[in-house]
Amino acid sequence: MEPLRDTLKETWRFFRETVVLVLKGSRAYYAWCLFLIAIIFVGLFFYLRQHEFGLITTNMNDQVSWGLYIANFTYLVGMAAAAVLLVVPAYVYQFKPIKEIVILGELFAASSIIMAILFVMVDLGRLDRFWHMIPGVGSMNFPQSLLAWDVIVLNGYLFLNLLIPVYLLVKYYYQKPPNWKFILPFILIAIPWAVGIHTVTAFLYNGLAARPFWNASILAPRFLASALCSGPAIMIIIFQVIRKVSDIEIEDRALFKIAEIMAYAMFLNLFLLTAEMFKEYYSNTYHIASFKYLYEGLHGHDQLVPLIWIGTAMNVVAFFLFLVPATRHRMSTLNLGCILIIMGVWIEKGPGFVIPGFVPDPLGEIYEYVPNALEFMVAFGIWATGFLIFTLLLKVAIPIITGKFRYSKFEKGTTPSFH
Amino acid sequence: MRNKKITRRELLRNLSLATLAGISFPFLSCTKEEKEDFLQKHFREMTTDEKKRLIAKWEQRYQQKYGKKFVISTQEALPNTLWGYGLDLSRCIGCRRCVYACANENNNSRQNPQLHWIRVIRLKKGTLINLENSEHYYDPKQVPEPGFMYMPVQCQHCENPPCVKVCPVHATWKEPDGLVVVDYNWCIGCRYCIAACPYKGRVFNWAEPKLPPEEVNPEVHYLGNRPRMKCAVDKCTFCIQRIREGRYPACVEACPTGTRKFGNLLDPKSEIRYIIENKRVLRLKEDLNTEPKFYYFFEA
Repeated sequence: MEPLRDTLKETWRFFRETVVLVLKGSRAYYAWCLFLIAIIFVGLFFYLRQHEFGLITTNMNDQVSWGLYIANFTYLVGMAAAAVLLVVPAYVYQFKPIKEIVILGELFAASSIIMAILFVMVDLGRLDRFWHMIPGVGSMNFPQSLLAWDVIVLNGYLFLNLLIPVYLLVKYYYQKPPNWKFILPFILIAIPWAVGIHTVTAFLYNGLAARPFWNASILAPRFLASALCSGPAIMIIIFQVIRKVSDIEIEDRALFKIAEIMAYAMFLNLFLLTAEMFKEYYSNTYHIASFKYLYEGLHGHDQLVPLIWIGTAMNVVAFFLFLVPATRHRMSTLNLGCILIIMGVWIEKGPGFVIPGFVPDPLGEIYEYVPNALEFMVAFGIWATGFLIFTLLLKVAIPIITGKFRYSKFEKGTTPSFH
Repeated sequence: MRNKKITRRELLRNLSLATLAGISFPFLSCTKEEKEDFLQKHFREMTTDEKKRLIAKWEQRYQQKYGKKFVISTQEALPNTLWGYGLDLSRCIGCRRCVYACANENNNSRQNPQLHWIRVIRLKKGTLINLENSEHYYDPKQVPEPGFMYMPVQCQHCENPPCVKVCPVHATWKEPDGLVVVDYNWCIGCRYCIAACPYKGRVFNWAEPKLPPEEVNPEVHYLGNRPRMKCAVDKCTFCIQRIREGRYPACVEACPTGTRKFGNLLDPKSEIRYIIENKRVLRLKEDLNTEPKFYYFFEA
């Protein structure tokens, strides 16, 4: 009985201290959290409106039946998948500077997946019937529907990316070395799983013969390449914030290594885009319509044209910034490149990917979709939710990693470092 | 009033209780009807008894809402039947009578959104396959217009329907007589089927359908023209409520030029079989291998 009571007591203490950690912080921390909560409430308010009156409150219609929500979903799946980039060099090649920050990357992946799932949920017309998709309870169309696949792989990935960091953090908390025999298989399976979530998401579009713009087998590799740029880009920025506001140490070397990998990924991304462009423009069949709509305008409809060229320019500039070692190793240009990539890939893979699939529609109609204020507000609300979740996770994880928050027995006196 | 400092323990307890209450609120606050709807099973998984009770419930509900006595049929597919449609492109004058006859018969939302299961597109003579230059909202004083032809498009009831394949919850399926139908109460509104359909055969109820009670057609089929609800998908069923009772679809009856033909593909003496045998027929986007049961043809 004694050990059980100890465990319960310790769990209760952990819970208590966690709440305190989350509730107590600097003025900047409060401001940041309140800022996010305010956005979440605004988003929630607009979502309730959408829920009450239906999706007619958005600018989507029968012609362009998916919009900003699904665009963000696609982008965020990529963000989440990119955690693989941090895991591979850390565990497979034992690159130590990155290994220490893998937990943070995985927590970010988990937050991204939550955002991605939320974007699908707000896009559903009937959220009340969501349970129809739960295997066993509802009637999931597996393995036929790629959306069913996506539900499975995304939730599996969320599970992995919570299990791994939580397990490691608990071990850190107790100042015990992790049992690698137990956790390493999960870490290793998370790598192909990350590739899997993005491949399945690409196949979701890829499999639709009705939409020639998406019905290209180059899609999955393109998705992976662009994800391997945008995910790490946001991580590089977040790592710099973390090392500024906490006493966790993240070496520049780790950031530069990530940036180098991003340069290769961006090269691949641009190369695959070129391959696709060549095929469409040289063969010049009537399937080129969506491409034309995106890059040069179709029958006078050219709303996306400036956007996609800005996005493409951002990606190209960022590629060169990351390719040249001098600009890659200078913080200012490194950060500039990251911001360019975050926005450039969002344009390319969010609105620049989802909308042209619907324009022209299968019967040749052209409808120029622009998200309305409600869609933007709901989207901001979801992004704020993701960032709040990530912030709170970090608020607990960082003191554990730095050894400030640990098992009560070690609370007093010095303890050896376990790294 | 006591001015007592709340201890940490109390704060935690109150917070947890508040969260629990917040989560359970939607379940406690909804009406019995809402609870029933929430738990309604998939149509195809219901027993005969459950279906009977379901029909009684909906008949009563529709009567309350529209003030008319409803008859909801669950008539199953007739044996040895595979429905096929013929459309004579040389006869269609683009008057859109079929479009409105369809909406009236099938209880479609009249405005905001105005939902049509048939879409007539205007093509410049000389083009057919590339629909990029089609006009959907042509509005001349008089049809037909010189230099143009008209092509009505609706659900093609594919033998190999991409919409059924992609639906994540089996809310849509192909009946034994070849009709592609939707359980409107099972659809989760993800609109993946709309993205997958190469014919724009599906429409979405973007808002609560607006259907004036005096215009309601109370003779309905559960998988067909019963009044629908917000944020579920629906589509042409070849008028399942009529054809399974031996009548023609509403669009066939409404056409003033005899453009529209309909019949059983398995019956060698049917009109549709005669057309396939004797006319030169084409099916839209045959290259996608969807095997539509909708045959366009030319008389002259």
